[in-house]
Amino acid sequence: MEIAHETLVALSKSWGLFYLVGFSLCVIVYACWPGNRQAFQRAKTSILDEDDTPRGPQA
Amino acid sequence: MVSQLTVSERQFALVILGLLAMCGLAMAAGGRGDPMGAQGFVVLIYAVGFAFVVMAGLYAPEPDDSRLSRYYDDPTKVGIVLTMIWAVIGMGFGVWVASLLAWPNLTFDAAWASFGRLRPVHTSGVIFGFGGNALIATSFHVLQRTSRARLADQFSPWFVLIGYNLFCVVAASGYLLGVTQSKEYAEPEWYADIWLVIVWVVYFLLYIRTLMRRQEPHIYVANWYYMAFILVVAVLHIVNNLAMPVSLSHAKSYSLFSGVQDAMTQWWYGHNAVAFFLTAGFLGMMYYYMPKRAGRPIFSYRLSIISFWGITFLYMWAGSHHLHYTALPHWVQTLGMTFSVMLLVPSWASAGNALATLNGAWHKVRDDATLRFMMVAAVFYGLSTFEGSFMAIRPVNSLSHYTDWTVGHVHAGALGWVAMITFGSIYALVPWMWKRQAMYSPKLVEVHFWLALAGTIVYVFAMWNSGIIQGLMWRTYNDGGTLAYSFIDSLVAMHPYYIARAFGGLLFLAGAIVGSINVWMTIRASRLEAAAGADADLPARPAGAVVAGE
Repeated sequence: MEIAHETLVALSKSWGLFYLVGFSLCVIVYACWPGNRQAFQRAKTSILDEDDTPRGPQA
Repeated sequence: MVSQLTVSERQFALVILGLLAMCGLAMAAGGRGDPMGAQGFVVLIYAVGFAFVVMAGLYAPEPDDSRLSRYYDDPTKVGIVLTMIWAVIGMGFGVWVASLLAWPNLTFDAAWASFGRLRPVHTSGVIFGFGGNALIATSFHVLQRTSRARLADQFSPWFVLIGYNLFCVVAASGYLLGVTQSKEYAEPEWYADIWLVIVWVVYFLLYIRTLMRRQEPHIYVANWYYMAFILVVAVLHIVNNLAMPVSLSHAKSYSLFSGVQDAMTQWWYGHNAVAFFLTAGFLGMMYYYMPKRAGRPIFSYRLSIISFWGITFLYMWAGSHHLHYTALPHWVQTLGMTFSVMLLVPSWASAGNALATLNGAWHKVRDDATLRFMMVAAVFYGLSTFEGSFMAIRPVNSLSHYTDWTVGHVHAGALGWVAMITFGSIYALVPWMWKRQAMYSPKLVEVHFWLALAGTIVYVFAMWNSGIIQGLMWRTYNDGGTLAYSFIDSLVAMHPYYIARAFGGLLFLAGAIVGSINVWMTIRASRLEAAAGADADLPARPAGAVVAGE
C-alpha cells in the first residue's frame, strides 16, 4: 500500500496532536494523583538508606 | 572474580567463548583478502584471551552461598575500570583528531591515521567505550540498590559487559582498517551490529528479571531512565542498521534505505542516540548518585516523572532538525523543530530538579569536588539543552549548520554534561565499591575537576567563536552579489580556534588521566589492605574465598 504524503500530514496534524495532548494529560494525572504521593515519597527517601544488602527472599 | 562464578557458570562461559572463537575463526578464514579477515582475528584473540582468564580460575572451589545475601558488584567494578580505560583512549584520539585539524600533516601519510578513520575511533571511543561502559557499570549498581535485590544471575552481567566491549573493540579496529557503513555514530558494519543486538537483548532481559525480583513496591525513577536507554537504543540500533551484506565473508553491506529516507532514518537514530544513550541513561545516573552524594532526596519526585515522559515522548520526533533545508519534506523539518523547542520544558525540568535538590547542600558543593562535578553537569545539561532547542529553529540552523558551532554544542553536552556526571558518579561509586572511606586522593579529584571544567570552557568557547565566524563568512556577500569569502578564507580564519580547541581537549584528557590514576590507586589501596589483613593471625582461608568488599 502506498502511503501518500498528504495522509501522513493529515494524521500527524489531527490524531498526532490528540495523542500528544492525551498522553501528557495521563502523565500529569499519574504524577499528581494523591494516592501515589506516599509511594513517591518512600521511593525518593528510601534510596538514602545506608543499608547495603539485598532484602527478602533470594533465589 | 572468576572464583565467584559457580563451576557450571565457568563452564558455560567457556562454551560461549569457544563458540565466539569459532565465529572469529570462520570470519578470519572466510574473509581472507577482505577487512573481515582481520576483524575475525580480533574476535578470535579476544575470545581466546578471556578463555584463558576463565580457565585460570576453572578449578577454584565453588563460591559459598553467603554471596547470594550480598549485591553482585564484580561486573560493576570491572566496568568502572573499563570506563576509565576507554575515557583515556577515546579522549586521546579526540586530542589527536583535533590536532589533525590544526596541523593536517599529523596523518603521517598513513591510511589508518587519516582523519576519516581516526574520528570515528574518537566518537565511538567516548560515546560507546567510555559512556556505554559507565552506563552498564552504574546501571548494575543502581538497579540492585534501588530494587534491593541481587542481579538475577551471575553469568549475564559478564556476558553484557565483556560482549559489549568486544563490540567496541571490533568497531574501533574496523575503523582503522577502513570498515564503515558511513552512518554517523552507527559506523560499525553488519556483523558487529548483529553482535550488539544479541548483547543488548541479554542486557534488557537481565534488567527486567532483576526488576521482577525487586523488594521495593515502586520502581525508582533512575531505573525508568536506564530502561528507556536500553529499550530505545535497541529499537534505534536495529532499525537504522537494517542492511544487506555483500556476502557473509565481506565486511561491506548496503543499507535497506536510500536517499532522503536513509537520511531521515539515520538522524532519527542519531538524535535519539543523543537522547537515549547520552541523556536518558545519564539522567538515571544523576537521579541516583546526586541525591546519594548530597544526602538529600530529589527536590520533586513528581517533576522527575513528568520530565521522564516528556523527554521520552518528545525526543522521538526531534531528529529531523538535523536535516533542515534538505530534500526532507518541509513539514517534517517543522515537526522536528517544534518538538525540539518543546523539549526544553522537560529538559529544564530535569536540570532544575537537580539544582533544586542541591538547595541546602551548597556548602557540600563548595567543599566536595565529586558533588561539584554533578552540579556542573546539571548546569551544562541545562545550557546545552537550551542551545540545542535554539539551534533546531530553522533560521538559527541556517547559520549554525555545517559549522563548528554544532561541534561546540555537542561537546558542551558531551564534556560538560555526560563526562562530568560520569566522573562525579564514579568518584562517588569507587569508594563504595572498594570499601574505602574516600578516594585515594581528594586533592586529585579537585585537580581533575578544574582541568575538566577549564578544558570544557576553552573547547566550547573556541568552537562557538569558530562556528559563528564560519557561518557568517559563508553568508557574507559583496556589492557584486557574490560571496565575499572563499571556503579557504574561512578555513584560515578557523586555524587559531582549532589550536585552542586541541588545547582544551588536552586539558580534559589530562583530567581523565589524573582521574584514572586516582581510581587505580584507590583500588590498589583496597587490595593492599586486604593483603595486609591476610597476614593477620587468623585461621587460613581457602584460596579464592571472598575477601571483604569483593
